[in-house]
Amino acid sequence: MKTLKKTTKVNLATYLGVILAFTCVTVAKGTGLLSNSMNSWLVPICCYIVMAISLNLTVGISGELSLGHAGFMSVGAFSGVVTAMSLQQAIPFSPLRLAVSMIVGAALAAVVGLIVGIPVLRLRGDYLAIVTLAFGEIIKQLINCLLVGWDSRGLHFAFNLDGTQTISSLGLEEGGIAIIKGAQGATGTVTLSSFTAGFVLVMLTLFIVLNLIQSRTGRAIMAIRDNRIAAESVGLNITKYKLTAFVTSAALAGAAGALYGLNYSNLSSSIFDFNTSILILVFVVLGGLGNIWGSIVATVVLYILPEALREFRDYRMLLYAIVLILVMLVTNSPQVKAILGHIKGKGAKSHG
Amino acid sequence: MAEKKFEKGKMVPVPSRSIIPERDLDKSPVLECSHLGIDFGGLKAVADFNLTIGRTEIAGLIGPNGAGKTTVFNLLTKVYQPTRGTILLDGVDTAGKSTTQINRMGIARTFQNIRLFSNLSVEDNVKVGLHNQEKYSTLSGILRFPTYWKHERAAHQRAMELLSIFDMQDLAHHQAGSLPYGAQRRLEIVRALATNPSLLLLDEPAAGMNPSETAELMENIVKIRDTFHIAIMLIEHDMSLVMGICEGICVLNFGQVIAKGTAEEIQSNPTVIEAYLGKQQ
Repeated sequence: MKTLKKTTKVNLATYLGVILAFTCVTVAKGTGLLSNSMNSWLVPICCYIVMAISLNLTVGISGELSLGHAGFMSVGAFSGVVTAMSLQQAIPFSPLRLAVSMIVGAALAAVVGLIVGIPVLRLRGDYLAIVTLAFGEIIKQLINCLLVGWDSRGLHFAFNLDGTQTISSLGLEEGGIAIIKGAQGATGTVTLSSFTAGFVLVMLTLFIVLNLIQSRTGRAIMAIRDNRIAAESVGLNITKYKLTAFVTSAALAGAAGALYGLNYSNLSSSIFDFNTSILILVFVVLGGLGNIWGSIVATVVLYILPEALREFRDYRMLLYAIVLILVMLVTNSPQVKAILGHIKGKGAKSHG
Repeated sequence: MAEKKFEKGKMVPVPSRSIIPERDLDKSPVLECSHLGIDFGGLKAVADFNLTIGRTEIAGLIGPNGAGKTTVFNLLTKVYQPTRGTILLDGVDTAGKSTTQINRMGIARTFQNIRLFSNLSVEDNVKVGLHNQEKYSTLSGILRFPTYWKHERAAHQRAMELLSIFDMQDLAHHQAGSLPYGAQRRLEIVRALATNPSLLLLDEPAAGMNPSETAELMENIVKIRDTFHIAIMLIEHDMSLVMGICEGICVLNFGQVIAKGTAEEIQSNPTVIEAYLGKQQ
């Protein structure tokens, strides 16, 4: 029972850690310890945590390198904004409107994930990475051309492919609102996101992903990652479980995207680019592949560090160079190696 | 040995059906291959392979290196689709089925180069084998409905029972990839058994084992057959194991069946001796 209990313990500690962090931050917020800029980090951090956990499901648990995760976030963000804006009168209660927007964002991202996943999951390794990368760029360009408006008759869509169409070509009634304005993105959005909503989404994501991993589905997904041929030989449906992991991951990214989109009054599709996908991948890799709490910690640290050190950003490239040189010098020096070896030896001894 | 040729007249005639009277072909046989063959380009890797295996028979497939033994296993499990011939499993034609479907129809196998889910625990490896018998949906797995707990408890018990065949219960929470070589081979057999097969294919189960481990494995293979009432077919180079437990032996060379029979018949067969040792001067 040793290892099994250990996994359950780690999961429990993850939940508790998130709850504890939420409580601490809420208290600090209430007592005015947090600056305005710190307050503005909270929702994006929650979004990126959900992004990192969901990408960990694809990269760490399912073993498929995906470089287009920001594409699903983008789909969720814009569909969430459209939903929230068009339901303004139908659902006046804003937390409910946010929840509905997140569900719609997740659903749409899941559908896109399914459409992309069916052909893409036939590819392996580098090819899969290339196609997902292309997918992220395609989504970005598509939303750049998209015009969406809402009036009492419902939603209106137009594709500005030749550059001639503007908001007026949607033919909105008086009192109608333009929600997505092509390359400008979504402007004038009524922001709904809150730190509490972010916390709930993180907890929900943890619940879904951790429970999935410990069920027969999760075992099948990990078995396929470890050895595809053996997985076939014990009767696992490879496509089904790869797709389950990919679509679940896309849906969670969509929900995170909706939360992110509704946090800003202006949102452009260009922020969900390749760099964002790579940033999330860095969170996952540094946190440890398949390690869920690692993803959370890595996201928080790697998000706060550059933000907190913003005043030193002129020196960033200089610092990178110095750190790089130091790392190369230090790791190759025999003296440092001896000291490190000594520490390791001592540590091993004291642990028995 | 490669340039050796077989004279047609000297070959032992290969009957199309069972050749050993005491084999349990009383009801329908579990596996019937007829005229099975596969070509890789111009090379006939396996040609005209006929074999019938009884419901609770232990059959051996032997032959020099490169004779096509593992190819036969890959044909039976549809890793390769055969070019010619038919395979009947429980009287049902398996043409056009995938490896996954073949396992669900009742053939489980192990691999010559061990293929475990090396990052999972030993218990989880067996539970993956039990996958298709655990019937609950992904959703009830996430929401932890009562069916989840019921099936997971049953799967845990079953996994422990299966591991107890090889006294491996204590290893249940170890990482599968960290096990010693022999234990990994045994775990592969347990995982294959977990899929509830009617025919178990073992690809060199004794490879890398010492004589006492091999002796224990022999006992266990017979024990598995007697407890689960299944047919077992094995590829093995260890002749003490093959001659010791196999009721029917089939000898392959260059993709052709050169002899079939009991251990005594095979041992005294001049074609087999020639295939292994070369022509007598």
